[in-house]
Amino acid sequence: MEFFIQQLINGLAVGGIYALIALGYTMVYGVLKLINFAHGELFTLGAYLGFTLLVSWGLAGTVGVGPAILICMGLVMLLSALAGHVLERAAYRPLRKSGRLSAVVSALGASIFLQNAIMLIWGAKGLAYPADLLPRVMISIAGQPVPLIRVVVFVSSLLVMLGLYFLINRTRIGMAIRASAIDQGAAKLMGIDVRQVIAIVFMIGPALGGLAGVMFGICYGQITFTMGQIYGLKAFTAAIIGGIGNIPGAMLGGILLGVIEALGAAYISMSWKDAITFFALILILVIRPTGILPERVAEKL
Amino acid sequence: MSAAADKWFWPQAALVALFFCAPAFGLGPYWLEVLNQIGLYALLALSLNIILGHAGMFHMGHAAFFAVGAYTTGILYTSYGWPILCTLPLAGLAAGIFALLVAAPIIHLRGDYLLVVTIGIVEIVRIALVNNIFGLTGGANGLVGIARPVIFGFKLTRPWHFFYLIWGFTAVSLLLFHWLENSRFGRALNYIREDPVAAEGIGVNTTRYKLMAFVIGAVWAGFAGTFYASQMRTISPGSFNFWESVVLFTIVILGGSGNQKGVLLGAFLVVGLPELFRSLQSSRLLFFGAALVLMMIFRPQGLLPPKGRAYRLPPEVAR
Repeated sequence: MEFFIQQLINGLAVGGIYALIALGYTMVYGVLKLINFAHGELFTLGAYLGFTLLVSWGLAGTVGVGPAILICMGLVMLLSALAGHVLERAAYRPLRKSGRLSAVVSALGASIFLQNAIMLIWGAKGLAYPADLLPRVMISIAGQPVPLIRVVVFVSSLLVMLGLYFLINRTRIGMAIRASAIDQGAAKLMGIDVRQVIAIVFMIGPALGGLAGVMFGICYGQITFTMGQIYGLKAFTAAIIGGIGNIPGAMLGGILLGVIEALGAAYISMSWKDAITFFALILILVIRPTGILPERVAEKL
Repeated sequence: MSAAADKWFWPQAALVALFFCAPAFGLGPYWLEVLNQIGLYALLALSLNIILGHAGMFHMGHAAFFAVGAYTTGILYTSYGWPILCTLPLAGLAAGIFALLVAAPIIHLRGDYLLVVTIGIVEIVRIALVNNIFGLTGGANGLVGIARPVIFGFKLTRPWHFFYLIWGFTAVSLLLFHWLENSRFGRALNYIREDPVAAEGIGVNTTRYKLMAFVIGAVWAGFAGTFYASQMRTISPGSFNFWESVVLFTIVILGGSGNQKGVLLGAFLVVGLPELFRSLQSSRLLFFGAALVLMMIFRPQGLLPPKGRAYRLPPEVAR
């Protein structure tokens, strides 16, 4: 039982990070029907920017750890949003009118570009957030000791998702995003500036991805320039499991995937961990071909 | 065949003939190896072209079938001592059967869902190989000491031997695929790509045709696996990862999906160009990524998009 709870908490923490990344995929997909393959690299970029701010510039030393982390998260979100915007302008906007497959290849190209840019800037060797950045506090849940940081990561990812949910469902800009996702043409006729909506989506998604990067760094320490590849892939899988284009679906998919992965690694096999993830994906899609919470898409006849 | 195609027939034939003389021009072993690698990727991309280019299925997991072929050859040689070229049909068969098994439950998935599932299959295959599945695959180190192929007692050892083996096979495949494209089967695949609902409506069994496209593509990827295994002599799971599939996907889309000449050109560019820019060293891939984005912006339909099907009217109508 204690083992189970520990694994569950681990799974929830990773799941929260997956969910944050998955939101970026799903929001872009919802509006543009484009898989933003470079999104995983924006997650990596966030982790590296966070490292530079917190450790290299010694932000943690000057203003204290707590405020430093908050400032760092804010700045990283801002910078990631900027990077996302530039990415959209450079690699996706010129391709708006062409086929979907060419956009996929452009996205792959952008992903290769970003990954190597990160490698050239920060070096091919991985970096490590200092282990003593935050005090190692253990709290007890159901009588079991679990690291506080994991719980904090999970809870803060939930809070961010709650905020996003509010933004999407309760504000004007959220309504514009939803409208553009359902029918771009009709949204334009209603006076919505779809181009601007796309630009905004390409800032919110990367901001969340960058935030996930910082959270990952603080929680797990080790960061490498290639990590965006596998985390991006997992998060994208999570978005698909949830039903791509659907925001609550991405949250659910991310958390579910994290838990499946942690429990699978613990109870089935550690070395088959990633394979279990993809088996789960195939199983879920065989049963529900458009994910758990699919967007209602009418088949065009 | 139209008049324009006739005009270009001889220059193209000359180009092909010239290409097959490449080893005689004193190309060093290094460049021959590069050409061999291009040949292998061309073979793989041509087989992917059936699935992605003609049937229009977003398949980003071709490396999985390549791996099955290569490991079939490797296992048959290292565990049972089969001669390499005798394993060729079995490598194709194994990849084909594997494709049939994995594709059957997922063939109905819509575009992007299929894409991520096929990526998942590549990862599952790679992890299965790393974990030494069935105790035959040699784990993370893979299989070593695979023999060179022998044809009628002649052992292929030097790069130019492989040049003729790989490019010869690629040439035959080009011809076979050309016939396939222009057959009833090829037309059915194109119909499915353009409009699956209309295709179904006119009586094309879309599920069956899609599955057949998958299996044919996989069989050829399996063949390519045999050549790869015997050329490299060592195979390991790392060679069959997600990025290999991405490279193949890129070759097809960049070259011009659905056009064999485009796919060939794509293989030369995607595999060959980075070799030319070795001097850029670590920033090589940076430029490669940027080049992909730029090429897609300026040629979104690929470098050589397929021309539409053209048929000559029968003479009595043409008048």
